[in-house]
Amino acid sequence: MNREGRGATTPHSIALTGPQTFTGNRALDLEEGLIFEIGRTEVTGVDIPEPAPFRERLGTQARTAPLDLPGLSEPEAMRHYVRLSRMNYGIDSGLFPLGSCTMKHNPRLNEKMARLPGFADIHPLQPQSTVKGALGLMAELSRYLLELTGMQAVALTPKAGAHGELCGMMAIKAAHAARGDGATRHVVLVPESAHGTNPATAALIGYQVRSIPARADGTVDPEAVKSALGPEVAALMLTNPNTCGLFERDVVAIAEAVHGAGAYFYSDGANFNAILGKVRIADLGVDAMHINLHKTFSTPHGGGGPGAGPVVLSDALAPFAPVPALVATADGLALVEDEGAEGAQQALGRMSAFHGQMGMFVRALAWMLSHGADGMRQASEDAVLSANYIRASLMDLMSAPFAERPAMHEALFDDAWLAGTGLTTLDVAKALIDEGYHPMTVYFPLVVHGAMLIEPTESESKASLDLFIAALRDLAMAAKAGDKERFLGAPYYAPRRRLDETRAARAPVLRWVKPAPVADAAE
Amino acid sequence: MRYLPLTPEDRAEMLARIGVASVDELFVDIPADKRETALPRLALHKSELEVERTLARLAGQNVPAGSVPFFVGAGAYRHHVPATVDHLIQRSEFLTSYTPYQPEIAQGTLQYLFEFQTQVAELTAMEVANASMYDGSTAAAEAVLMAHRVTRRRKAVLAGNLHPHYRSTIETVSRYAADEVVALPPAPFGEEDLITPIDDTVSCVVVQSPDVFGNLVDLKPIAEAAHKAGALLVAVFTEAVALGLIEPPGAQGADIVVGEGQSIGNALNFGGPYVGLFATRQKFVRQMPGRLAGETVDAEGRRGFVLTLSTREQHIRREKATSNICTNSGLCALAFTIHMSLLGKTGLTRLARANHAAACDLADRLAAVKGASVVNDTFFNEFTLRVPGPAADVVEKLAAKGILAGVPYSRLAPKSGLDDLILVAATETTTEDDRAAYAAALKEVL
Repeated sequence: MNREGRGATTPHSIALTGPQTFTGNRALDLEEGLIFEIGRTEVTGVDIPEPAPFRERLGTQARTAPLDLPGLSEPEAMRHYVRLSRMNYGIDSGLFPLGSCTMKHNPRLNEKMARLPGFADIHPLQPQSTVKGALGLMAELSRYLLELTGMQAVALTPKAGAHGELCGMMAIKAAHAARGDGATRHVVLVPESAHGTNPATAALIGYQVRSIPARADGTVDPEAVKSALGPEVAALMLTNPNTCGLFERDVVAIAEAVHGAGAYFYSDGANFNAILGKVRIADLGVDAMHINLHKTFSTPHGGGGPGAGPVVLSDALAPFAPVPALVATADGLALVEDEGAEGAQQALGRMSAFHGQMGMFVRALAWMLSHGADGMRQASEDAVLSANYIRASLMDLMSAPFAERPAMHEALFDDAWLAGTGLTTLDVAKALIDEGYHPMTVYFPLVVHGAMLIEPTESESKASLDLFIAALRDLAMAAKAGDKERFLGAPYYAPRRRLDETRAARAPVLRWVKPAPVADAAE
Repeated sequence: MRYLPLTPEDRAEMLARIGVASVDELFVDIPADKRETALPRLALHKSELEVERTLARLAGQNVPAGSVPFFVGAGAYRHHVPATVDHLIQRSEFLTSYTPYQPEIAQGTLQYLFEFQTQVAELTAMEVANASMYDGSTAAAEAVLMAHRVTRRRKAVLAGNLHPHYRSTIETVSRYAADEVVALPPAPFGEEDLITPIDDTVSCVVVQSPDVFGNLVDLKPIAEAAHKAGALLVAVFTEAVALGLIEPPGAQGADIVVGEGQSIGNALNFGGPYVGLFATRQKFVRQMPGRLAGETVDAEGRRGFVLTLSTREQHIRREKATSNICTNSGLCALAFTIHMSLLGKTGLTRLARANHAAACDLADRLAAVKGASVVNDTFFNEFTLRVPGPAADVVEKLAAKGILAGVPYSRLAPKSGLDDLILVAATETTTEDDRAAYAAALKEVL
């Protein structure tokens, strides 16, 4: 029993045919306790020889605090984590149409390359003369990113998309300070359809956020931007393609207005995968844009990370790129690591301890080389084609806002089609789990009521798309026919039925706590 | 293209269903004069064999740590990672999954994050930990921001013996947020005075132990002074294995503990991806940045896990969010938690002893070389060697002899004037032969 007073595991009770089982398991459907329940502190799965006697140098700092860490033998550890893995859905399990998250195929070649000892087993601070290939790889990745965007410089160090946004916005703040209007420009314009990280990033470095409403067609109105601009505005942050899955077709006019007012134009590049090889963002007037390598270039998401968020910069912002920065010298490539060093005089500072997500750089470059110029453009086209195909195939049953414009890489639906059914977007998502699919993104973007955002990516075959469409059509018809039980009870067939998120937030249990001895448990 | 499943016939059928004649009609919202008609000026697609050759050639130009006597640390450490760890994190259900937004089909991720949080809390002797940060340095910057929120003050005191790159990461964020930072000068040879600068305008004192020079720091008096002034103690570590042998910050009064988790389960990777550890006291949990997995029950009363306390996050609170972070280092946290599960208390303690023993042996050997001296009285697996003249030159000379001897402190802090110091690390991967070779080569170059 844990401190909540519940058993460690309880048997399934789904009313399926067949008897209850002694273990609570159902054949391959296995329950698995926590390591704290199955491990013991005296067990270990590694053999480490005891060193010869030596004089310790710990002074007064030897550990006296308890260390209640359970160990597992190697076979126990294998089973524990294999069983856990089977309770997860990944892109290798099936279609994973999470809009704005870009769950595309993760080639295993990329994993193999990232694990070459020449990449995985090198230290960020070993002499630069011993890592020439790593610097060469960073230079090659930079060249690819600059060619694909048309921009002037790239900062590789940011560790995720939001970190890249922070880097880009710091570069903008540094540029304003350098030209003398840093004190007066304290406002950042953020359309309401932006990713939530955009306003959070601007606020983090002291900007006041001013929201720009979307117009009826789901895009930003350049007139609304113009009327919000003024001498106090430092930058505009625009997500393009935006979170409604639309390309901001007035982006050039917006960029001109922003520049005309003396502000900079930050573009959120999370959806760059839709336009790869189709347009160079430098031609649109962008000053800075982060690129989520994990999304566009397929580095695995690993349950939510790690990501990588390099930032491409315009001429105006290039001098402010953070350290460490890769530079070409007479002797070849070198990393400038110090803010005061030659070649880094105006660097905005340092974003993290080392050079960035090298492991992700290798994976992203492997994807780029495998696709080539031709394959990358084809990938964007296929991603956009697949999204529009899904939308066109469901329009008669489900409601799709902004459908007068082509969708980019994701198809957006709302919940108007559920009116009168007593069902919600969440119910549809949970029923989709029973059909063997990871649900789409739900309730995002916020500008659409009950949003369902479907991003199939370029990785799905037509047969896969057709089966997904057929499943959604069946669900839509069942919802309209009043088959509420199929939805409200869903998921029936997942490792867990619906989980109580309110309870988790009200009285947070964030770690395992050793249960009190039975004698003390007054129940 | 082997990664793209659609055939030309598929594409034609799909275009027909959509009702457009060509795929270009789907890109009409891109202004016509800005649309790219030519392919990017990059190579065309390559076979798997060709990509392997290209990347293997680049990898071959680097000197991997495992191929030479290797003593480089200063925030990233080479340890032996059991084969089981890398095998398990490549299970595709872990590798190719996303943030567990649909908990019913993400219990694997959520349960290991809950296990990770518990292990980190136990290791640091703190009450709660989050589901990981980008790395130790960004975790340290977030800890300072959190201390500002908790105390409603905006001035941080940074120990001079904090890793200079951590200091610089904190200073960068603080500069742009218009927060104040008091950074003390480095003090490699003696105890630094962290207590004098603490007053009632200070939100936190940031102290690293083992510090960047390897010295073990008694955190208790600093915690006491901080608490008396209404400030928090932020304790930093860059080598998680140390906590198997040294007194954890939570037992010494730390309020926030942050550190680098790379050294358990994760490769060096030339600086990333790594895994930031972040732990604090229960009463501050709603001010803590980053993701959290929490325990709950499902509709049938079975135990399950969900992401929780998301009301602090950017997707809900936008500009009022606790931080702008919307991810973590999930897969690196998984590697950490698997390695830690294999170690357990017994294995971690032995691993830590093996590290300490190797470093003690190396320190004795190097201190015996004429002209060299070890500046530390105490250390875990890394110490500071003082050499006559510029340390950077000594390190280069040793590299030319095939020994990666450590990090010249001047590389981390060029303007410190401490040009004769080398940070030297030894771990369980360092053999006696490696250590003997280092001492012999040092004798030759000094």
